[in-house]
Amino acid sequence: MLAGITVLLVFQLIGEVTAYYLGCFVPGPVIGMAMVAAVLILAEGSKALAPAHRQTLETSRAILANLGILFVPAGVGIIQHLDLIRDRGLALLAIVLVSTAITLTATVWVFILVKRLTGGYAND
Amino acid sequence: MTEGLWVYLSASPLLWLAGTLVVWLAATHIAGLVPGNALLNPIMLSVIAIAAVLYFSGVDYDAYFEGAQFIHFLLGPATVALGIPLYEKLSLVRSNLLPLLSALVVGSLTAVGSTVFLADLFGFTPAVVASLAPKSTTAAVAMAISSGLKGDPALTAAVVVLTGICGAIIVTPLMNAMRIKDYSARGFAVGLASHGIGTARAYSVDPVAGLFSGIAMGLNAVVTALVVHLFL
Repeated sequence: MLAGITVLLVFQLIGEVTAYYLGCFVPGPVIGMAMVAAVLILAEGSKALAPAHRQTLETSRAILANLGILFVPAGVGIIQHLDLIRDRGLALLAIVLVSTAITLTATVWVFILVKRLTGGYAND
Repeated sequence: MTEGLWVYLSASPLLWLAGTLVVWLAATHIAGLVPGNALLNPIMLSVIAIAAVLYFSGVDYDAYFEGAQFIHFLLGPATVALGIPLYEKLSLVRSNLLPLLSALVVGSLTAVGSTVFLADLFGFTPAVVASLAPKSTTAAVAMAISSGLKGDPALTAAVVVLTGICGAIIVTPLMNAMRIKDYSARGFAVGLASHGIGTARAYSVDPVAGLFSGIAMGLNAVVTALVVHLFL
């Protein structure tokens, strides 16, 4: 547990430092995500790293199983915008709903059509 | 007497940290009573319950966040943790690389383009349009993009969560109505359109959907940061 959370935080830190020096818009945690995957692939089969490897997998599963709660504090921030919601709330909701539905539809069909064209469903 | 206790508790982050955890457990319990009902989204239930308590007790958001920041902070390590399923299911990702990258580009352009177009149509100010544009990416990234575009990061955070909840609620009925059975495609779409909240929903439906949702969320954070400059 402790080794697992340490690994995640250290990779986030490395990601943040990398993002800072690259000066790019890729956020630190996303760089950390790519790095942790790369290191796990490279460290596969290494006996020395096996305990840290196992603990990282366990901690990550525990965090990902409770991912939803992490968005609650930011979501409650909605109370800072009650005036905008009162005046333009319906328009905002309409924009979010329509745009999300269009995005879901476009994304899923491009994925499926390209997969079909490249023979991804050949074994089904 | 109770007033004294209130002042005493307000001085420490304990009250709102414990409160958020208790409300979340209650909300997941309620959501679990009707399995598969996306309308009873635990994030939405928790946000409404806590927002109502703050509104009626007159506690401001900054005071609440003093306690809740410890939960908020875990968004960073949780994003890093998404690298683990990526590693575990690498072969699945490799065999879907082309569909994944095409859907990423089209989806990201659609998410930002449709939002900017609609927000202009409804006559929102440029600052609000900029705050809405990155709404499909994960909160921390969206807030950074929004402030770079002279938007309001606090408004962005709220709209990001709203987008996540909307996506989590409509994805299952929408995909079922279109008769889409490929859970890698369904997951990828919900992660792209509604980031971590969509990913939380995807994991609760199907592990493969969750994996592709997490990948879409990570990749879209990068692509959106570039794509917004085409529209704003």
